[in-house]
Amino acid sequence: MILLLWETGDSVAFLNFLHKPKNELEKGGRSAAPLQQDAGEPEKLCPNCRKSTALSKLWANQLCCSCGHHFRIKARQRLHFLVDKGSFRPLFSELESTDPLAFPGYGSKLESARSVSGEQEAVLCGCASIAGQPCCLFIMEPYFMMGSMGAAVGEKITRLFEYAIERRLSVVGFTVSGGARMQEGLLSLMQMAKTSAAVKRHSDAGLLYLTVLTDPTTGGVTASFAMEGDIILAEPGATVGFAGARVIEQTTKKTLPKGFQKAEFVLEHGFIDAIVPRNQQRQRIAALLRIHNGGMTHDSNSL
Amino acid sequence: MTATAYDRVRLARSSKRPSTLDYIRNLFTEFYEFHGDRRFGDDPAVVGGIALLQDQPLTVIGIEKGHSAKERAARNSGAPNPEGYRKALRLMKQAEKFGRPVLCLVDTSGAYCGIGAEERGQGQAIAENLMELSTLCVPVLTILIGEGGSGGALALAVADRVWMLENAVYSVISPEGCASILWKDASKAELAAESLKLTAEDAKHFSVIERIIPENDLGSEAFYRQLRQEIREELQSLSREPELLQKRYERLRTMGQKWVNEHEHV
Repeated sequence: MILLLWETGDSVAFLNFLHKPKNELEKGGRSAAPLQQDAGEPEKLCPNCRKSTALSKLWANQLCCSCGHHFRIKARQRLHFLVDKGSFRPLFSELESTDPLAFPGYGSKLESARSVSGEQEAVLCGCASIAGQPCCLFIMEPYFMMGSMGAAVGEKITRLFEYAIERRLSVVGFTVSGGARMQEGLLSLMQMAKTSAAVKRHSDAGLLYLTVLTDPTTGGVTASFAMEGDIILAEPGATVGFAGARVIEQTTKKTLPKGFQKAEFVLEHGFIDAIVPRNQQRQRIAALLRIHNGGMTHDSNSL
Repeated sequence: MTATAYDRVRLARSSKRPSTLDYIRNLFTEFYEFHGDRRFGDDPAVVGGIALLQDQPLTVIGIEKGHSAKERAARNSGAPNPEGYRKALRLMKQAEKFGRPVLCLVDTSGAYCGIGAEERGQGQAIAENLMELSTLCVPVLTILIGEGGSGGALALAVADRVWMLENAVYSVISPEGCASILWKDASKAELAAESLKLTAEDAKHFSVIERIIPENDLGSEAFYRQLRQEIREELQSLSREPELLQKRYERLRTMGQKWVNEHEHV
């Protein structure tokens, strides 16, 4: 088993996958099932069909259960499944949040997020090719404070769009987020405006921005760059919404409709273009990139 | 004794404070209200139209909470639905077409958290406003007159200048919401209010706003006269700005930048 993962060249991500989370947030929410290791090979219990599947088998299926349930995955695991081998060049990885408000407990929360995720911040940015198609790419990290957006996340995404404008590249973005990072107060709220302004410039330059909404995409991220794509895809079953379901229930004192805020519900209401299972994303994104990259023949020299 | 952060929250939420409609009545000689988003409906939480500031026409868009219980019920307590943000965007685009500056008055605890709001794309509506406001080709001035609740406030606050009343608050989350998420205890709202740094002084310190408007004679004729003058001067100076959109971008671009570390990690 370990050997197999060494072969994938992603052993660090695997070790992080085994890291025992300290709380719900680190675990990535309640749906992350505990690992069961008593049967020899490590297994993971699917919260949807209640079946356990060997990790090696899950890994071969991009961490999706045979029932169709998509397990939450780390940004680097996603990167591994998505881009051409060896094509990823990280950008702005030196940027990280400070504690501008001296918010109670934030310093230690950042520290533990860094150790759990193995990342410095809640988004991974860079350039890569997907089935030969070059693009700028950002992938949010659910194991870093559930992808919450602080000043560093906003700055990284903004710089990525500016970088993409200069080089006339498409941007592909995978979102997963609980929203703005409240420990950075207003500064995190302002990242919604800052990133949106950068997306607008990229859009006005005639360039393609494609988002893939993954579970969960909520709050200030939904209300900014997640919903600003020219093309918006989502993973099956992903929660996509602005307000949290519990808050809505408390506010309205009403029972929420079945499937409320699931990707399928959001598709039905006209706010996303398509639901694409993880194992088809690479192919689909590459096809869409190809159409748009090829569509701009007058700029083909800079690609 | 100076007011605590939570005192400010209470003041900002007070139903006795002048609301958007009070400002509209007192600042302008004429106001023509326009309704509807042309897509779904009309949101009574958002008031918009054309006003005359002395002889200068401008588009005014504000969030109205209402004062009495009856008014608050009719206005959904100033919690806009997506159609409210879409009405605002429609009027902003109209202002752009006719070269009128835009004044936004913000007073909301946040965008409405409802089933219909989600079904009609609350997140998408706010996101679209953020994008479109960033390149709207006319001067935009936003004044936070009471509560500035998160994305629901920001959707009207991507501007060339943002001002705040002395006792207005501006926050990424309500202190109650913050306390209940972080400490599972809504009664720790006072600590949360303190920690969130949501006062006008804080917002100025973090370069999120440009000006704090004193409240000594809040709601008096002198107060409105002074404010009218300041709005007029600011909009005039903005309309002479040749690089308005570049400056607006740069204003947004610096948000939070000072507080991001650039470490090289080995």
